[in-house]
Amino acid sequence: MSGITFTYKIEGGDFVNAGKASSEIKRTLKQLNVAQKTIRRVVVSLYEAEVNIVAHAHRGNIDVAINSENISIILKDEGPGIKDIDKAMEVGFSTASPSVISMGFGAGMGLPNMKKNSDYLNVESEVGVGTTVTIKVALIE
Amino acid sequence: MVVNDIVKKLNLKVFNKNADLNLEVKGGFVGDLLSHVMGNSDEGQVWLTVQTHKNVLAIASLNDLSAIVLIDNQQPDSKMLEAAEEEGIPVLGSDKSAFHLGGELFGLLEISS
Ligand SMILES: Nc1ncnc2c1ncn2[C@@H]1O[C@H](COP(=O)(O)OP(=O)(O)O)[C@@H](O)[C@H]1O
Ligand SMILES: [Mg+2]
Repeated sequence: MSGITFTYKIEGGDFVNAGKASSEIKRTLKQLNVAQKTIRRVVVSLYEAEVNIVAHAHRGNIDVAINSENISIILKDEGPGIKDIDKAMEVGFSTASPSVISMGFGAGMGLPNMKKNSDYLNVESEVGVGTTVTIKVALIE
Repeated sequence: MVVNDIVKKLNLKVFNKNADLNLEVKGGFVGDLLSHVMGNSDEGQVWLTVQTHKNVLAIASLNDLSAIVLIDNQQPDSKMLEAAEEEGIPVLGSDKSAFHLGGELFGLLEISS
């Protein structure tokens, strides 16, 4: 199978549209008859990454590529970047604002959820410039 | 057991007109931290929460949950209600606490299983 690709634009602070990319990718994977459990892992990872751009960055792009073997997602944002990536990966670490926390986000479980639900996770960041997150999940056992 | 059974037995309010009350109820989940719910809830569960915004619906939809129950008399905000009308996932309400309602729901599911 040749690949399918999708691109999304995400605006910082736009919580109303958060989850749109995840929802469309979920629908596509269902149509491709990917196992329910695998879809679940992709959706958890993508949703958390999507929300991180909305909650922490100014704006970003999501590029998704699906082929018969795996899904590869690259989320590149312009934003404050992450000073200490190891620290950011820890459960409970969050710099979310009080208003974001009051919505139930900002528990510091997003990156750990992504790590747990993906086969490959890479975070690259430059403070004051932005962050690039790469997620890969195998679609076949 | 379907959503309509728990609506009747637990005396829940139904906020959205087009709520699909025939969705099967397989269990329950209590949580207000969205990443916790996203990472741990399962298909067919009824989600008890105090969160009342649109992202709650996105998570319920992404995880194939069968209903959202706003506890302690919480009301959905207008954007959440709009999304609920589009999606059809039932948004329910109760004046009881998560502890109380969760206990009752657990009891109902035990009897029916
Ligand atoms: N795209 C991003 N841009 C800037 N900072 C980020 C980004 N993603 C994550 N972070 C930083 O890493 C922390 C932990 O992220 P995460 O585990 O998703 O938890 P949460 O989003 O709940 O704070 C965030 O609070 C933030 O400081
Ligand atoms: Mg996060």
